[in-house]
Amino acid sequence: MKLKGQGADLDDLDWQILRLIQEDAKQTYTEIGNRLNVAHSTVYDRIQKMEELGVIKKYEAVVDSEKIGIPQITAHMTITTDPKETENVAKKLEKFGQVLEVSTSFSEELVIIAKVVAQDQGQLHSFIAKSIAPLPGVLRIRTAIVTKKYKEERFSLSSRENLLKKRNNL
Amino acid sequence: MAVSSSRVLRSVLREEAFYFFTSIGNYTGQGASSLDEFLQKIKDVDIKSLEFHLFREDFEKWIDQTLGDDKLAAEIKILRNQKVVGNALRDRLYFIVSRRLKELKGGSATVSASSPASKERPQSSVLRPS
Repeated sequence: MKLKGQGADLDDLDWQILRLIQEDAKQTYTEIGNRLNVAHSTVYDRIQKMEELGVIKKYEAVVDSEKIGIPQITAHMTITTDPKETENVAKKLEKFGQVLEVSTSFSEELVIIAKVVAQDQGQLHSFIAKSIAPLPGVLRIRTAIVTKKYKEERFSLSSRENLLKKRNNL
Repeated sequence: MAVSSSRVLRSVLREEAFYFFTSIGNYTGQGASSLDEFLQKIKDVDIKSLEFHLFREDFEKWIDQTLGDDKLAAEIKILRNQKVVGNALRDRLYFIVSRRLKELKGGSATVSASSPASKERPQSSVLRPS
């Protein structure tokens, strides 16, 4: 396994290991090895290399905030900025704990899209009014509060396999 | 002890300026860093923004807690209790604030010394349009 161009050059075994640890990152090397008919030391080596190459970025627990008694709302902000200030604003947004994701996006104009969480609408508004609107270069903010989530998934290998199948069928 | 009206008329820091929203998290791009600027914005901002902030008591809080003018804040509270909306709200608010500005600029007005904004603070930068 090595870096090839911008992506890591993974073989079939790497892909299978990745898929298994995406399903459940708490599985032991032995359990993964048993499922793939390889030695646990092989699994260990492959995972170590994928961590070193940054293919596996981190392992984390996904906490259900409601179950630990922290009510939370999520909102998506679209921030229009002076084009000269877009990067500065995005970098400042990165630093706020309430901001979970920041990206720039282009449709009719370049905007910043940010996902933000707060305990309630009052706290959300206060954060935007006191911390984001005053940032130099912010021209306009549109905020949409999430009312119901139908799907929430990160990149998964099953998505990749579906994409490959579609491509092969073309 | 009465405090000089120049404290109320000063420009505040960008972080302390008033930012106009039309609803939760929806910023119009308009802000005011002084009472003078606030008056000008009353003429221009979306009427929904005036209604949104009036009924959330945002105007009263900013004028009292940031600028330090409890008298003007009290007048705006009365307006809020009258539940005025639409262009009538814009006109009334403009009248109340412009009358108070004239009074303050005339030098005869005083504000309460108990207000946090009446404490000595250096003159700060004016909010620049982005």
